[in-house]
Amino acid sequence: MIPPAALAMTAPAPRGAISLHRISRIFAGGIPAVDRINLDINPGEFFTLLGPSGCGKTTLLRMIAGFETPDEGRLLISGREMQDVPPHKRAVNTVFQSYALFPHLNVEQNIGFGLRMQGVKNPERKRRVDTIMELMQISPFAKRGAAQLSGGQRQRVALARALVNEPEVVLLDEPLSALDAKLRNELQIELLRMQKHLGMTFIFVTHDQHEALVMSDRIGVMSKGRIQQVGAVLDVYEKPKNVFVAEFLGLSNILVLTPTGARTAQTPLGELRVDEELNGHKLAMIRPEKIWIYNDTAAPQGRPNTFMGTVHEAIYMGASTQYRIDLGNNQFVSAYDTNNQAAERSWRPGEKVTVELKPENIMLIEP
Amino acid sequence: MSTAVTQIDAAAHRQRLRLLATSGPGLFWIMLFLLIPSAILLGIAFFSADDYGNPVLPLSLQPFQQVAGYSLLGWDAGNINIFLRSLEQAGIATIVSAAVSYPLVFFILSRPEGIRPLLLLFIVLPSWTNQVVRTYAWLELLGPNAPLTWVAHALHIVPPDLGLAPGSFAVTTGLAYNYLPYMIVPLYASAEKLDWTLVEAGRDLYASGVKLFWHAVFPQTLPGLLSGVIFVAIPAFGDYVVPQLLGGDRALMIGSLIANQFTETPDWPYGAALTIIMLVFTGLGLVGFRILTRKLGGAEEATI
Repeated sequence: MIPPAALAMTAPAPRGAISLHRISRIFAGGIPAVDRINLDINPGEFFTLLGPSGCGKTTLLRMIAGFETPDEGRLLISGREMQDVPPHKRAVNTVFQSYALFPHLNVEQNIGFGLRMQGVKNPERKRRVDTIMELMQISPFAKRGAAQLSGGQRQRVALARALVNEPEVVLLDEPLSALDAKLRNELQIELLRMQKHLGMTFIFVTHDQHEALVMSDRIGVMSKGRIQQVGAVLDVYEKPKNVFVAEFLGLSNILVLTPTGARTAQTPLGELRVDEELNGHKLAMIRPEKIWIYNDTAAPQGRPNTFMGTVHEAIYMGASTQYRIDLGNNQFVSAYDTNNQAAERSWRPGEKVTVELKPENIMLIEP
Repeated sequence: MSTAVTQIDAAAHRQRLRLLATSGPGLFWIMLFLLIPSAILLGIAFFSADDYGNPVLPLSLQPFQQVAGYSLLGWDAGNINIFLRSLEQAGIATIVSAAVSYPLVFFILSRPEGIRPLLLLFIVLPSWTNQVVRTYAWLELLGPNAPLTWVAHALHIVPPDLGLAPGSFAVTTGLAYNYLPYMIVPLYASAEKLDWTLVEAGRDLYASGVKLFWHAVFPQTLPGLLSGVIFVAIPAFGDYVVPQLLGGDRALMIGSLIANQFTETPDWPYGAALTIIMLVFTGLGLVGFRILTRKLGGAEEATI
């Protein structure tokens, strides 16, 4: 019998914490793929590295996996320095973009590979492989070769092959990009469910902003080898730090400000009032869904930030319609409106409307 | 309706003509230089031999009895030994060439892409020169007064008055050297297509060193290796030049045995029977190998 005190002492330490200190990776040609990145990822977190292709997110992931060695900086996994440790000695497993299943092994053997290499003997190994196959609902394919699986099944096997080793951190390199939209949605939900169930740290790399929003606890938006902003999904979307983040994550209207007071500025649209103190900011942004549109006749009277305009373009998208509104002077804003009324109620190109940019919805950003 | 049938017939006729025109010359070549001589050989194997070794009537099974080791003096294990020695020499030579090829192939692949074809050329180049010349070179290298032999003397591998050649060691070396390009080229072709993400997956899943090679690299190169085995083992088994020059009396192989029946001590029917038996065994070996590659899977290009 183990005394309760001993049990309390063996309570799991924060496994799966990742800490990067000024990590850089410079490839031939001298341009850094990853440029002095500092980043802390919490244990048990679903963290997404989001950015366009070539931004360095995959290189960063490969350094955590151990396939690339940083040219400078320190990499800590669960508090231990790991930057010079080879991949097979890291409690980290990767789900590859191409899945990288061994073609000469069947599903069961693929999943058991990591355990076999670690010397886990058979009754135990088989038990763990069976458990994970059950959990991932792939038991019926256990004896099939990798070539005989569909894309979705392969994805599941690749994930199971990583999870069965019970790593501290799971790295996922755009694992859903090769799948069709419906399957991708299914697997997104499944992936989240597994992650919450197992409590491992997941680091997910994607260029798909929608995927990042749906899945992550926190997002790190990357561009040109640097992290532009790190934060909870809500914060990064609602309060982007700069133009790149605002434009990469969702649609946004960027406004150029010429300050006229502490909270007022002149813009090409006209006089604009904001809630935050300008504090030297020269740019602001507002999300399209935060712009209110009124019929010309029903325009609110005596409120700030209302502008008259004409509907230039209306793109019907089912649940909502995206409008491009001409505010004169060659200025346009994008605005969403939910189609919660009869379709005839929506505006058509050429109609006169008034838009309202409420001060609390205008966010100050950096270039 | 009848015109439609005629049209189809005409089309089929044209197709047959095209087939004949394209495959005809090749078929003619094979007929003239492979099938007809083989048929003649098969015929000769069933004749008796006169005093000069020429085939004469009556028809006889005596040549095959001779192959099996029976003669006027009773049964002798000589032929079986020669057969087994050929098998052994070819087998060892194949293993040696494979063992040399792997590091060489991956060394070439680790070089910049531009110079790889040049390096491959250096490997293939010697095989464009005469085999006899190259084999004589080995005779010098392994002869009684060569540095390699001094090393062997110092290690007491061979008696002080003898060289490494002639002998079995020299034959194995000569065969492995001679057929090395035929191992390297197919192995290189499959190693070039290697999916390195699988190697990364292996490293990620706790494999390293020999285990990593065995589980993530080797299975991918298997098709090339199996092709190489065929290209090396079969000609090595029946090779004549190497055992003749490097083997001496102590390492007679089946190729030399056959050649003897047509030159030094002529006995055409016996030589023909030996050839037929060798062909049969080679064929059986290929069939067995094909079954093996099917079992190992994913090696279709290696099956002939």
